[in-house]
Amino acid sequence: MAFDNAYEALADAHDDARWAFGTGFEDPLSGVDTTVPSGVDGEGLAQYCLMLGDDALVLSHRLQQWCTRAPELEDEVAIANIGLDLLGQARLLLARAGKADGTGRGEDHYAYFRGEHEFRNVRLAEREHVDFAQLVVTVLVVTTWRLAVFQRLRSSADPVLAAIAHKGVNELSYHRDYAAQWVVRLGDGTETSHARTVAALEDVWPLVAELFETHDVERRLPGVAVDPAEVRGEFDDVLAQVLSAATLEIPEVRAKAGVAGGKGRDGRHTEAMGYLLAELQSVARAHPEATW
Amino acid sequence: MVTTRAAVTAREVAETVTDPELPMLTLADLGVLREVGETADGVTVSITPTYSGCPAMDTMRDDLVHALQRAGFERVEVRTVLHPPWSTDWITERGRRRLAEAGIAPPGAAPQRGDGPVPVQLLPPRRRVSCPHCGAADTEAVSEFGPTACKALRRCPACAEPFEHVKEI
Repeated sequence: MAFDNAYEALADAHDDARWAFGTGFEDPLSGVDTTVPSGVDGEGLAQYCLMLGDDALVLSHRLQQWCTRAPELEDEVAIANIGLDLLGQARLLLARAGKADGTGRGEDHYAYFRGEHEFRNVRLAEREHVDFAQLVVTVLVVTTWRLAVFQRLRSSADPVLAAIAHKGVNELSYHRDYAAQWVVRLGDGTETSHARTVAALEDVWPLVAELFETHDVERRLPGVAVDPAEVRGEFDDVLAQVLSAATLEIPEVRAKAGVAGGKGRDGRHTEAMGYLLAELQSVARAHPEATW
Repeated sequence: MVTTRAAVTAREVAETVTDPELPMLTLADLGVLREVGETADGVTVSITPTYSGCPAMDTMRDDLVHALQRAGFERVEVRTVLHPPWSTDWITERGRRRLAEAGIAPPGAAPQRGDGPVPVQLLPPRRRVSCPHCGAADTEAVSEFGPTACKALRRCPACAEPFEHVKEI
């Protein structure tokens, strides 16, 4: 593209060239048939898409916070790529939610203009990573669980959700391998890396049980949603394989309790979530009329 | 769908549009151009994303609209198709040749997945990828993630050059 000055390139008036990737967003489901199949509860489907979309959006944000902080350039690139894939999954799922509940709300509404109690992600996704071991253990746990769920979602009665899951399976397989290889390298590495990975597992594990608790929304959507309790066996098998190669063990820790009977899926989050959303949403909220 | 003379032209125009990140490839070579149809209402083009988060999708959409409008097709609609998901197996022979000529190793066969659990890989995958620079038969993996979502990083032990590889998906 050729412009006389840099500011000209930024102006929307030029529709012949884009000044940067990531501007001028279109609906990621543009042209996709988003009719809710007959017999499927659209309201419930939207809530389910928000759960899966919020998991991806919030973990993606945590991964983005690693930009410029990774131990090696290759990991910098890998973490950014995984974050980008998850952000893509989030965009599709949030857009699906707005079509399914009939409100027509776009992805930006859900990402930027919901309060903390309206986010439906599991609490593990929002957890801050104090070191690289926590990052890779979190990514291993979340992607192993998500991959098993998405593998089953490919036959969801909602064809849009099934298509999103189908693409997601291919991406998540790469993410999980990356995290698994790092957990083995750290666990079976030096005394320090082993100790840090043990600490990371102890930190993450209290939030693992929550991933497999069946929520009312999932119960209301037989054939559309996947019951996460079903994938626990597959998750345990993969973790056993990785942890054994890493000379690590599953820690004996108690599951983190909910607050007033609720957990992440009910919009009850940990303290970290408010800070995360403040960072994620502050620019959009300061300029609510802006287009991106 | 009845293919009219005008629709053939619209397809020809759409087939000239190149990928914004891999400009040596057309969208047709890359396999993201699914369908070009023409009705009384205008031209409809269907494209599919390579990865869910591919930031080049919006640019592809704009480039298609502008190329077709320049060729005289006023009303152009670009639709997203999500299923079946894009696979590197859809990159054409010509596309693979052009990637190699540009120093990017083309992908091998995409992994075939059944309905059972996807096996976890605890070691970097052993793939035979030849060096696009010196032609050495085997090269080593550096990272499965590269400068764009669709590429991995590799290095050639023979000529010591790093290069990108379109990873199988």
